[in-house]
Amino acid sequence: MSGDPLVSLTDVEVHFEESQGLLDFGEPELVRAVDGVSLDIEERDVVALVGESGCGKTTLGKTAIGLQRPTGGSVEFQGQDVWDAKDGKGDVEVPYGEVRRSLQIIHQDPGSALNPNRRVMKTLEAPLKKWQSGMSAGDRRGEILSMLEEVGMSPASDYAGRYPHQLSGGEKQRVALVRSLLMDPDLILADEAISALDVSLRVEMMDLMLDLQDRYDTSFVFVSHDLSNARYLASHGGGRIGVMYLGELVEVGPAEQVIENPRHPYTKVLKWATPDLRVDEGAGEPPVRKIDIPDPKDPPSGCRFHTRCPEAREACVRDAPATEEVGDGHEVACFRTVDDHEYWSSPELVDDPSGGDRDTTSTAD
Amino acid sequence: MSTQKPRHTEDGALYRTSDPIIEVRDAEVVFGMDRGVSRVLDGVDLDVQRNEILGIVGESGSGKSMLASAMLDAVVDPGRLSGRITYHPADRDPVDVLGLSKAELKRLRWEDISMVFQGAMSSFNPTMEVRGNFVETLEAHDYDVEAGLERTREILRDLYLEPERVLDSYPHELSGGMQQRALIALSLVLEPDVLVMDEPTAALDLLMQRSILQLLEKLKQKYDLTLVFITHDLPLVAELADRLAVMYAFELVEIGPTEEILRDAAHPYTRSLLNATPNIDSGLEEMRPIEGSAPDPVDVPTGCSYHPRCPMADETCVEDDPEFLRADDGHNVACFHWQDAEEAVPFVLDGQEADR
Ligand SMILES: Nc1ncnc2c1ncn2[C@@H]1O[C@H](COP(=O)(O)OP(=O)(O)OP(=O)(O)O)[C@@H](O)[C@H]1O
Ligand code: SF4
Ligand code: SF4
Ligand SMILES: [Mg+2]
Repeated sequence: MSGDPLVSLTDVEVHFEESQGLLDFGEPELVRAVDGVSLDIEERDVVALVGESGCGKTTLGKTAIGLQRPTGGSVEFQGQDVWDAKDGKGDVEVPYGEVRRSLQIIHQDPGSALNPNRRVMKTLEAPLKKWQSGMSAGDRRGEILSMLEEVGMSPASDYAGRYPHQLSGGEKQRVALVRSLLMDPDLILADEAISALDVSLRVEMMDLMLDLQDRYDTSFVFVSHDLSNARYLASHGGGRIGVMYLGELVEVGPAEQVIENPRHPYTKVLKWATPDLRVDEGAGEPPVRKIDIPDPKDPPSGCRFHTRCPEAREACVRDAPATEEVGDGHEVACFRTVDDHEYWSSPELVDDPSGGDRDTTSTAD
Repeated sequence: MSTQKPRHTEDGALYRTSDPIIEVRDAEVVFGMDRGVSRVLDGVDLDVQRNEILGIVGESGSGKSMLASAMLDAVVDPGRLSGRITYHPADRDPVDVLGLSKAELKRLRWEDISMVFQGAMSSFNPTMEVRGNFVETLEAHDYDVEAGLERTREILRDLYLEPERVLDSYPHELSGGMQQRALIALSLVLEPDVLVMDEPTAALDLLMQRSILQLLEKLKQKYDLTLVFITHDLPLVAELADRLAVMYAFELVEIGPTEEILRDAAHPYTRSLLNATPNIDSGLEEMRPIEGSAPDPVDVPTGCSYHPRCPMADETCVEDDPEFLRADDGHNVACFHWQDAEEAVPFVLDGQEADR
């Protein structure tokens, strides 16, 4: 194999046009779902993307597996530009079909991803029929049954005969995982794939993914709003945590470093938001100046976090911080990582003294 | 009332608190289904102490929502609720909730015990601005609308919302976190004593969930509330609650002060649940999933319903249903062998974390 990463994102940008109400004749509004993100994903890698809802985690994940066409930048799979392959542009070394098979997704809601009128066996036969059309029906069934056993659904023949409504949430999610595994993928995007499961099942599902990483060298992009789950998977999988805020990757690095030594103020906020089981320390006030996320259609100037950042100074309103390397593979976009930045001499931002979102001057719009 | 199996502890004092605001006794909910009788709440006894924050936790389908609905006699048809629910207002005689007329119940539900239910995003009337939703509620209860809106503005401000902007918006124009806070404000506008919340934040991301919890704590102080917070997310509510009640298979299996439950959980299920919970401060510890799956309400195991999954189960557990036993002051557990639980189900977090 070449030295190319499995998937390489360079300066990726995904902007959605959102048309306004019927009576509006103005410009369509632009939602900057992902902006200027560069990220390499290796074989047998784990990247856990965390951030608040609407920050672009899912869109970035889908872009990484070639399901979402970026409006700027490039996405390569083993050195092949994914969208050139799709459009048949230039020398296509890896055909788009191959890309699609190699990059799979499991969704948040295990129920809706499965056809309610099909038994598990039927659902799982479909990908094999498509991708391994030479396989005999008997081999196909054998393969499916052994895969079901593999993910702990035993007796497999019993489970294979069930309809989705006869499965628990965790079991449905495992069927979805088996379906993507049957494609023999290199990378699976698990989009909040454990969020809907009970706590006890979440660990089981993550252990299963780690097991697959170990045995088949499968890589995972794991989208989650929960930092402790992200840490569990990324640390065990020897991978990274990527923190997104309003479409930007504001911190990325080895899981333990990001958790133990978060450098971006927003990562610290997410850490605060992650419940632990300590009884002694009360959590205190949210360490943000506002608890609501700004409208992604109209992101703040300068550093996008400046409207909520507890450390913001006036420099942050004007300029957007560049990404700096602060350690081995650990990158952060915040002026505070630059010792001699003018940020340090710039005055602190002062809010309305009533604090929070309680500004009474909302007449401007 | 046909009690098939007496499961009441002789000593009723075990689940009695010093100043209960809601008393739940032998609450049972059954659904008749094709497959048989589904008993989705099975003889629950519980006191909610005045001015406490009580967290009720359990896996999906364990009956948490049923218990919440029971407190307000709001179990959906064709479910049948039996037992006794008593509300103790501070300045009136106790109220027998299951004996109220429809009109009385409607008043009780907003003005005494209010609720924010699971999936509440749809609780607002979408065709009306938020203001209209508040006005409608105030009018339906013959409250002074102007005074009510003044109170609304104050509560919205307490929840870090801009009152006029929120009141002038349609529900769909607000983000999920804003909607949920506006709904909490609505549930408080008629000045209830108790707020029962069933997964009020489950659809939101963690930062918003945590922020709302912090705000709830402040609201509780300011408006002198009693809070019942129901969730599957133990670490989330542990931060907030004074006491935790753990449900398993439609029953309460353990209750006690939050610290005690976290440090000295006595029920093997609670201990396993804690072990299964990823913890930000121990990300690399081995988390242990709980083996087996939750029971079917139509076919609950005999004896202790946890026995098929319990590493400590013996013949007694298969035959008899354990009653609440006293593990410590105000800490009760429904397990025959709770004294051995610490050894049989050790916490995976060791040594330095023992004092968590
Ligand atoms: N309308 C109904 N008819 C029959 N059974 C029902 C009905 N509603 C709920 N149940 C059953 O009652 C049991 C308890 O349900 P409940 O909604 O109280 O669970 P829960 O603990 O709140 O779960 P979750 O965390 O998923 O909200 C479940 O087995 C459920 O399937
Ligand atoms: S650049 Fe400024 S506003 Fe942005 S995260 Fe750093 S300190 Fe906060
Ligand atoms: S009573 Fe028996 S089966 Fe039930 S939790 Fe205790 S030891 Fe386990
Ligand atoms: Mg529920």
